[in-house]
Formats: sequence, C-alpha cells, structure tokens
Amino acid sequence: MARVEIRNLNKTFDGVHAVKDVNLEINDKEFVVLVGPSGCGKTTTLRMVAGLESISSGEVLIGDKVVNELPPMDRDIAMVFQNYALYPHMNVYDNMAFGLKMRRFGRAEIDARVKAAAEILGIQAQLQRKPRQLSGGQRQRVALGRAIVRHPKVFLFDEPLSNLDAKLRVQMRVEIKKIHARLGTTAIYVTHDQVEAMTLGDRVVVMRDGVVQQVGEPLELYNAPANRFVAGFIGSPAMNFATVTIAADADGLLWANNEGIHIKLPAEVAGRLRKHVGESVTLGIRPEDLRAAASSDAADLAVDVIVEVVEKLGSEILLDVKVGPSTMVAAVEPTVRAKVHDQLRLALNPDRLYFFDGASQAAI
Amino acid sequence: MAVSDVTTSDTYAVSVRRWPITRLLEDERWLAFVLLLPTLVLLGLFIAYPFVKGVELSVTDAKVGVPGSFVGMQNFALLLNDSIFRVAVWNTVVYTAVTTVFKLALGLWLALLLNRNFKGKAFTRAFILLPFIIPTVLSTFAWKWMFDPTFSVINWTLFRLGLIGTRINWLGDPSLALISVIIVNIWRGVPFYAISLLAGLQTINPELQDAAAIDGARPWQRFWYVTWPLLLPVTMVVVLFSVIQTFADFQLVYVLTGGGPANATHLFATYAYQIGVGTGLLSQGAAISLAMFPVLLVVVIVQLLYIRRVETL
Repeated sequence: MARVEIRNLNKTFDGVHAVKDVNLEINDKEFVVLVGPSGCGKTTTLRMVAGLESISSGEVLIGDKVVNELPPMDRDIAMVFQNYALYPHMNVYDNMAFGLKMRRFGRAEIDARVKAAAEILGIQAQLQRKPRQLSGGQRQRVALGRAIVRHPKVFLFDEPLSNLDAKLRVQMRVEIKKIHARLGTTAIYVTHDQVEAMTLGDRVVVMRDGVVQQVGEPLELYNAPANRFVAGFIGSPAMNFATVTIAADADGLLWANNEGIHIKLPAEVAGRLRKHVGESVTLGIRPEDLRAAASSDAADLAVDVIVEVVEKLGSEILLDVKVGPSTMVAAVEPTVRAKVHDQLRLALNPDRLYFFDGASQAAI
Repeated sequence: MAVSDVTTSDTYAVSVRRWPITRLLEDERWLAFVLLLPTLVLLGLFIAYPFVKGVELSVTDAKVGVPGSFVGMQNFALLLNDSIFRVAVWNTVVYTAVTTVFKLALGLWLALLLNRNFKGKAFTRAFILLPFIIPTVLSTFAWKWMFDPTFSVINWTLFRLGLIGTRINWLGDPSLALISVIIVNIWRGVPFYAISLLAGLQTINPELQDAAAIDGARPWQRFWYVTWPLLLPVTMVVVLFSVIQTFADFQLVYVLTGGGPANATHLFATYAYQIGVGTGLLSQGAAISLAMFPVLLVVVIVQLLYIRRVETL
C-alpha cells in the first residue's frame, strides 16, 4: 500500500504530445479513476505508472520513491488489462500463480494465496480450467485474481470491464468496489465510461487531449464542472448547451437570449455574469433540471419547445425537443403525456444553470 | 387469382422438366462425390499413380529401354551393401538435422527481431524473403561461384582480413563440401522459418508480454514461459514442412557438387537420380527413393500427433 504521485508527466510519441504536464497525487488506499474519450492520454498515463511506457519528462513516485527508471517488475504494482491478457496455455491456477513463481515464493505460500484469491472471487471450481473454457466474466475474475495474489502496493486497471456485456459490467463493477473496500489497496482505474468513473472513484480525473481537465469527487464534477467539456462528459444523458447573449434591461436585471431562449437570470447567477453583459456565452442545463412547466411557473424561467422524439424509459421520459434553432434533451416525469410535434413549456431549475465563457469554455 | 394460377403452373413445369442428373445431385452423397472428383483425379494422377509406379519399379530389374521382370526385394538388398548408399543416408540425416537446428534458431531469432517496431519494418521483412524468392538453381549458382577455389569471394575476403593463409577448397574437400552445402541450405531456408514464425508471433497478444513483465518475468523468462509455448504449434508445422523438404532436397546438391567429390555429398534424392536416370538403372533408383519413405512417414506421424496434442492442451 502506498501513495502515488505524478509530477509534470509528459509523453511524446513520434511528435504527438499524448500526455501534457499531468500532475496528480493519489493517497494511500484511494481509488482514483482516469476518465476521458479515447485518445485522451489516460491509458498512456497508466502505462507510464506501470512502467510499460517510457516517460518523456516528469516523475512518477510510488510510495514516495521515484520509479521512472524501474522496470515494471520492480515497481510492486499489479495490472488488469482490457483483454484480460490471461496466458492461454496455462490453467487458471497457474495464471494466478505465475507472478508469485517469478518472484520465487514457496509452493505453500503460492497455494494459500491463490486459493484465498479464488475464494474472494468465487472461482474455486475453475482453477484447473484453461482461460478459453471460461466465460468473459470468469476470465475477468481470473485477471483480478492474478492482481490480488501479489498483494501489490498499487492496482492498475486498464478499462477492465469494456469487453463485458452491460449486465455483467454492472455486476463486476460492484465486485471491484467490494474488493477494494476489503483489501484497501491504492487503485488507479482507467475507463472511458463516465458511469464507471462516477460509481467507482473516490476521486475522478477527467482528461482530454492529454490534459487534465478537472480532478474531484464524483458529485463535485457533476455539480461544479470546471469547464464545458467536463460538464458535457459527466452525466447521462449529457448536459444541454446553447449559445446565448447576456443582456441587461432597464431595471438592471440580466437576461440570457437567443432565438428560442429568453430567460431572466436569478440574482446569484446574475452576479457572476455581470461582467459578461453583451457577450456571447454558453448556457448549460442538465436534462434532469428541465421539467414540464406548470401554470404557476414563472414564464421568464422557461422555454417553449417542440417535441421531436419521446423515449419512455419507465422511471422517466426523455424528450428530444427543439428550442429555437437548437435541440435539447429533457428528462421529465413519467406522468407527462407528450407526443411528437406537441408544443410544450419546460421550466428550468434556477439553481442549476451553468454558464461557460464563450472563448475559453471555462465555467463562469 | 390470376397470379397464383401462373405460379402453380410454373412450379409444376419445373418439376416435370428436371434433368435426371439434377435429381441425382439432390442426394448429398452423390453431390459430395461429384464435388470431390476433380481433387481425386488430380491427386490420383500426379501423386498416387507415380507412387504406385515407383513401388512397382523398385521390385523389378527395369532399366532404360528394358521393361524388366519381378525380382522381389533384390534391389533393396543390394542397397544394404552399397557403401555410397550408406554415405547418402548418413549425409541426408546430418544434412537435415544440422540445417533444421540452425534454420530454426536463426529463423526464430530473426522473427523475434522483425516482430519489433522499427523504421523500414515492411521493407526489411520483404528483403529477408529474398533467398526464398530467388529460384534455388540461380542462387545456388551464385554460391557455387563464391565457393570457387580460384575466384571465391569468400576466400578473397578471409585472405584480405588475414584470417587464412591458403585458399580453402570449399567444394573440393569431402567434409568441407558437405558443410558448404549445409551453409547454402541454411541460407535459403532461414527466410521461410523467419517469416512463418513471425506470422506465428503476430498472433500472440502483445498484452501478454506486458502482463508477464508486470508479473515479474525477465525478458528471457517471458520468452520461455509465454512466447515459446504459444509459438510451439506453429513451430512444429514449420519444422515438419522443412524436414520433409530438406530430407528430399535435390537441386541444391545437384547444382553445387553433383554429389561429389567422390560421392561425398550425395543425398537420397541426388543418389536416386544418379542411379536411376544417370546410370539408367530405373529400378534401383526407385528403390533408393522409396527408402526415404518410411523415415518421412515416421517423421510426419510423430509430428502430427505432437501437434494435435499441443493444440488440445
């Protein structure tokens, strides 16, 4: 068990700057998730921590020791790969025992550790099987087992669930969370799935184009995204965006306007936006913060829309709607009776309006 | 109503006009036979017939122009007492064993090198194949010139480097001649090994190397515990093909030494050719060729059994 520190980490491949000045401190026993779209540098960062990829510049520290020059085997880490990377010619037992054999553990110790891991993962019955005789979920368990038996300082996960079907993915997600709670080993987990990131991570690191966008606890990212990218990446369905112009009326009240939107900004938001009057900014509103307006709702915090698609999910209804020139998604209560082409008024939750700078896209 | 009428009468017409052959082919057993026929004819004509004819010849005393009559196992009995035949058998075994070991070792080494990422990878891979692509007779003639006692470029280089004082008679000295032939065979055979093993290496998931590195395996351990066992089935097939080819090799020795000096480099095939065609003793030539058969049969059976065992592991 150990803390991991990444200082000014950079990676350049053939002139492509894949990871740019990444700084990250991961505490002992913490579960940190790196998330971002493919090609954002998250896997490369993980592989540099593992020692599978050379470091162009910067430092990686494991347990307060710089490991830049150490080969993977001497970093005391274990890694779970996307495609399981089980040795196809070895049975489950030997797959899990391999790392211990390489490190010259005694036969009895190996046996005890493999059996203990198999019990945690519920694969005792499969120990003599070959990987190809196992289902995807079982293979993933063996890959986890191979990491567990080593009792490493740090677990590294490289999109370990992306090859599983949706149902199994949820199940294994819970299991990984349980195992982490039980073993308490520091873990770095890479995924492109924001749901996985939000559910697993003590803290989540959002990356894009090799740059860390924001580091924070899951709800922090959801409630206070640092920029438009994080706002759009975290949350499902994704946040709606619209370009609006900020205008002040005769009473000094601020309004956000475009062809379909004409809303009066609540005082708290207006305070932050005052110096953007006359500018074009991005308005963000989450689907769950739009609801069918009642007659009692203020007309100046609502938008008139035309329904284009109705998706009935059961617990809620997703409406794809046209707001002036742009489209938005609204997650409304299942009792709302809306049909395609209906005209509808949606009320905006005044406490959950986001604004992003027109140029830098940073949160205002 | 009208449409359905047309359809019914059409179907009726088709079933009436069907050829008897078409009806026969509806039966899957007949269809299978018809589909197999071209292959059967080709295999029969070009493999089974010559083989049977060879067996037939080997038990007669046929010569060129003389049909011959049945003599039983006499030709084979003669071979047992033929010292050149014994040399040829020994040469073939040495030739096959030594070249296979070197071709496998060098080919594997090259394949491992070529499996890495480097600039000009595609070009190098194509370049490596050259000895395999050039017609054997052509490249062997080039080697013959390089081994020439007077004009040998090898001798010239060694001499200039101060490594030798006198010219080496590569093809004239009996033991050196066999070594020379072996060198050329290795040179020609390595590309086949390298490219085939490279193809095998590329089917191995590179993540396994990463996993093994993290598991604490050093580079040679990664090779020994992960790469080699996974490459074994491909290796066995490559070795099987290569052993068969090498055991029955002809062109290389024929062009380079013609079996000489003093029959020192004869292999099964060249000796069979010399006796059967050169001397005109067709029956004895056939007997020499057939003597190869049991050895190759055992090699094939052993290796195929082994491959099956490895694959079901």
